[in-house]
Amino acid sequence: MSQITKEEIRQPENLVYKKTELLTDNPLSYCPGCGHGTAHRVVMEVIDEMGIQEQTIGIAPVGCSVLAYEFMNVDMQQAAHGRAPALATAVKRLMPEKFVFTYQGDGDLAAIGTAETIHACNRGENIVIIFINNGIYGMTGGQMAPTTLPGMKSSTSPYGRDVALMGNPLKITELIAQLPGTLYVTRQAVHTPAAVRRAKRAVRKAFENQKLNKGLSFVEIVSNCNSGWKMTPNQSNEWMVENMFPFYPLGDIKVND
Amino acid sequence: MAKIKGDIVIDIEKCKGCSVCIPACPQDVIALSANVNSKGYHFAETVNDACTGCANCAIVCPDAVITVYRKKVE
Repeated sequence: MSQITKEEIRQPENLVYKKTELLTDNPLSYCPGCGHGTAHRVVMEVIDEMGIQEQTIGIAPVGCSVLAYEFMNVDMQQAAHGRAPALATAVKRLMPEKFVFTYQGDGDLAAIGTAETIHACNRGENIVIIFINNGIYGMTGGQMAPTTLPGMKSSTSPYGRDVALMGNPLKITELIAQLPGTLYVTRQAVHTPAAVRRAKRAVRKAFENQKLNKGLSFVEIVSNCNSGWKMTPNQSNEWMVENMFPFYPLGDIKVND
Repeated sequence: MAKIKGDIVIDIEKCKGCSVCIPACPQDVIALSANVNSKGYHFAETVNDACTGCANCAIVCPDAVITVYRKKVE
């Protein structure tokens, strides 16, 4: 076999994968290894592949991903804390031909925004909700969130979450799957190549549902917060598999057609 | 027999050295460099020529710094 040089491989016709144009060139503000970056890319790749960049309006939350509009090269709005589903409702009702999605963390969607989330889901607004669940308030310094696991350490539960004192974790995805307004509810992850591919299929299905005016799709992405959990990125991914997934099992929770 | 050869290009200035790509690579092509970029991160680099262009590393990279090429060699 003749030797082939790297320059011969690195030709445009041999290109297999490159960063989508729908992510801007701004370096992501997330910690090294954070699943937010992968989740951003998954959403933007789906919008790129569907060719709906011009028609898409995203709603950024408050939290680590508050600056999502710096990285996502689509029209964006930024909502008050937890109010992204309410803002998305308004945007979608005023411009029903647009594709509207919210991108929210657990401190945003499952804590201060619980009411907006539940009511938007119950009304069955024709939007996509992307929910990043890392079980902690990452941006403010790793405080306990509603989604923090029992026994899990955070800066405000340094001996682990005591359920008797601090209450039970909130499985908001299972909760909203009960509501008649939701069409597609799923839980995914982005820690391995296979998981990223599955998550991308789920996000694609969610946007296809919106395209067909079918109703509300809710995609939870269980993610790591290695800074908040005080681990390296790969350790945090392993910890997530061992501890988060038994409590937050991956897979489709509700699929209506 | 046709053989697949791949190669990756890493944007080392944007790489944060999180090393999520390292266990994702089935060929053990990637390792962290001893050098650092201008932000002070030990960036990822290729350490051998075993790459098959499967793109697993690029798919898990949170910062989307990896570009993947693949060529069939006769």
